[in-house]
Amino acid sequence: MRAVDGISFDVRRGGVLGIVGESSCGKSSVAKSILHIHPPTSGKIIFDGEDLVTLKPKAWRDMRREIQYVFQDPLGALDPRMTVLDQVIEPLIIHLIGNSGEQLKQAHELLEAVGLLAESHAKYPHELSGGQRQRVVLARALILKPRLLICDEPVSALDVSIQAQVIQLLEELKTSFDLTIMFISHDLSLVRYFCDTMVVMYLGKIVESGPTEEMFSNPRHPYTQALISAIPVVEPGTERDVIVLQGEPPSSFSPPSGCHFHPRCQWQKSICRSTYPEIELVGQSNHFAACHFVQEIGHKQ
Amino acid sequence: MNDLPNPSKRKSWLDHLSGMPPSILISAIWIVFMILVAVLADVIAPYDYKHMDLLDRLRPPIWLENGVWSHPLGTDDLGRDVLSRIIFSIRISLFVALMGTFIGAVLGTSLGFAAAHFRGRVDDLIMVLIDFQAALPFLILALAVLAFFENSFLLFVLIMGIYGWERYARIVRGLALSARSHGYAVSMQVLGATPARIYLRHILPNVSSAIIVNMTLNFPETILVETSLSFLGLGIQPPLTSLGNMVGFGRDYLLTAWWIVVLPSMVIFVTSLAFSLLGDWLRDELDPTLRGN
Amino acid sequence: MNPTVVAIKILRASITVVLLVTFVFVILRLSGDPAVQMLGLEVSDEALDQFRQRWGLDRSIWEQYLSFFWNILHGDFGQSFIGGRDALGVVLERLPKTLQLMGLTTIFTFGLGIPAGIYASLHRNTIADRAIMGFTVASFSLPNFVVGIILIMILGVYFRLLPTSGSETWLHYIMPVITMATADAAIFARFSRSAMLEVLHAPFMRTARAKGLMWGQAVRRHALPNASIPLVTIGGMYVGRLIAGATITENVFAWPGIGKLLVNSVNLRDLAVVQCIVILVGVTMVIANLLVDIAYGWLDPRTRTGESQ
Repeated sequence: MRAVDGISFDVRRGGVLGIVGESSCGKSSVAKSILHIHPPTSGKIIFDGEDLVTLKPKAWRDMRREIQYVFQDPLGALDPRMTVLDQVIEPLIIHLIGNSGEQLKQAHELLEAVGLLAESHAKYPHELSGGQRQRVVLARALILKPRLLICDEPVSALDVSIQAQVIQLLEELKTSFDLTIMFISHDLSLVRYFCDTMVVMYLGKIVESGPTEEMFSNPRHPYTQALISAIPVVEPGTERDVIVLQGEPPSSFSPPSGCHFHPRCQWQKSICRSTYPEIELVGQSNHFAACHFVQEIGHKQ
Repeated sequence: MNDLPNPSKRKSWLDHLSGMPPSILISAIWIVFMILVAVLADVIAPYDYKHMDLLDRLRPPIWLENGVWSHPLGTDDLGRDVLSRIIFSIRISLFVALMGTFIGAVLGTSLGFAAAHFRGRVDDLIMVLIDFQAALPFLILALAVLAFFENSFLLFVLIMGIYGWERYARIVRGLALSARSHGYAVSMQVLGATPARIYLRHILPNVSSAIIVNMTLNFPETILVETSLSFLGLGIQPPLTSLGNMVGFGRDYLLTAWWIVVLPSMVIFVTSLAFSLLGDWLRDELDPTLRGN
Repeated sequence: MNPTVVAIKILRASITVVLLVTFVFVILRLSGDPAVQMLGLEVSDEALDQFRQRWGLDRSIWEQYLSFFWNILHGDFGQSFIGGRDALGVVLERLPKTLQLMGLTTIFTFGLGIPAGIYASLHRNTIADRAIMGFTVASFSLPNFVVGIILIMILGVYFRLLPTSGSETWLHYIMPVITMATADAAIFARFSRSAMLEVLHAPFMRTARAKGLMWGQAVRRHALPNASIPLVTIGGMYVGRLIAGATITENVFAWPGIGKLLVNSVNLRDLAVVQCIVILVGVTMVIANLLVDIAYGWLDPRTRTGESQ
């Protein structure tokens, strides 16, 4: 089974890249490949000039400081038996940074920076709310001052009102830590708000990529179009054409032949069943899409 | 989903102690008493347990006719003081049970971790060993090993160590597997921790309460197994003495000197009961979700 | 039930048996020269050589293992010291007595233990319940040899009511069965009590009552069948306890069964008999656990449709 099959994208330093798609489209696998939790079977991952795939274990230890990870379940990510403060200090201990006094100070400061008041620093994870836990996870990830932060559905498990706060926190942290962020989510409105470039995945492949605004105003791949048309719109009375996709995403164990999306695509023709479309440029400014009929479908009403 | 923080649910030591029902308190006191006897055996026993007084054999205990204060619990068929022998038996039995439980816990936990960490073939192998151990009644296994090898004290303690390791292994393996798939093992890996650190500093503490719970179950059972084997003459060998030993050798004197059998039996009964009651209570206190077993 | 699932279970069981035979082989080889071990030291050199030939001891270890396995499969466990007879024969001769003991014990254990537990669960926190719970805790704190010896002392020696060893008359059966049944009945009583308690408070019982069923009917039709599922699980464990219990009890009462034979053989180092008993016990346990496993899958509809191992 290929969770991720032949994808290629890049992230500009200091930018925020959104990775969007339905569950099991392979977006989490991308994160795990980069982080070397499930190393890729082939290909290259170039981080600042170095190929992560061929990196030796010893070098990975240092690389760990550069790339960090926040994922969906903050309670699961934290050790239930350690206080919040101890968990934030732990990375410093692992990498032998500073003496105990300095470590304590840094941890306290960072916890305050993510919005956790001093009286909460000695608490245990189960004593905090969901939003607070995710802040702790962020603090723990950032204490090593990484350059790349991969966020995998960081707010999906939180209440909607808290989601906004955490996203705002992420924005602030991005500026103050000069981070490059990869933001994996199925929530398109969040991605539109937060990310400047975006990649849409379907069943292990990238179907469209480019600057976020460009993709939202002019989606070229049928899948992207369907996703965007389904975003709830706040103003009542707005008329929309919602594109409803038929069927369910097929299993990654036996993807359809040709273009993976063709069984659910309203435009499918015979060529879609036989050949996988090449990804091609569809506008200025690095906007790419993989569809045989990208020119015809392209221009929306 | 509720976004409010939960109040702290951890109970302090004092809360635990003050909630003890009287039967549990008595059990705890008895166990402490047994431990003291075991530790202070050399000091409090009036005689050496091997010391034979052939002119004073089968003397009854003090509350019967012919009892004397120099042998308050009487003597056995070789003139050895029953009280002293019981005292030293308590020490030996508790020591063997403790070593056995400890060895079993370390062995089982290590194998459980190994199975969870390496998965694949190693996991399969360990699971097969666990199945094997669970498939044979331990007594039979122990007897088989004792038949083939000379029974030495060391061998016997090792055999006691093997008793119940598979329960630790199963529990630890399950917990470690779920801990691994849980966020924090992955998070620690991403943060740069070595597997050793992850197991020792993170997974082990979270697994420890289950291990301790299992130890409280294992310990009294080990005492009973050791006692049974000693009774059969295949456990602790003379000149060393054990409660089971005493009962076994005293069988022939049931009519003439019943105290040789009854007194050690009572100690076995009360001690085992005390451990069972205390263990049950401890399990409820430590983890109410395990109740009902 | 899904036949593939059953087949897998049987396969796993077979592997356990193979492992058992391997284990016996390993400790046999580890403990010294098997020929001397099995035949003793007073035997002539030719007898030793003959033995070595039959068991292939002059060949490679792998061939030895295979011939060992082959022999076992054909019921050849070697010769007992007892009159030089075939080990398997010696063991099978004593099997009926042990089975009688186990059978009677099982009847009493299930017949007394389970109803007591159910009764206790239905009359929770009454004197009867507390008495039963108290008695059961005491019972399984008493190792069965203690129960046996005390019974012998009181009923056999002091009051001379019952015979204390051997197995000739039905009177001989009383004390051994009581000895064996006590601890196990206690365990079953506690277990069925807690199983019933869990089930009695389950939502489906309230539904049954709401449907208009009388309490007795609800218990019989809904509570009991559901409570019986966990009982099946400990059924497998029970066989093991029976065997271990029989081993000790037979020694207490000089009962001429396999348990007594085993201990005697261990003392005499009659290894042929020991390995025969060990392997037979192992196979019995594996089959018992297999049956429990299959029964469990059949009884509990939740596990009927395939497994996730």
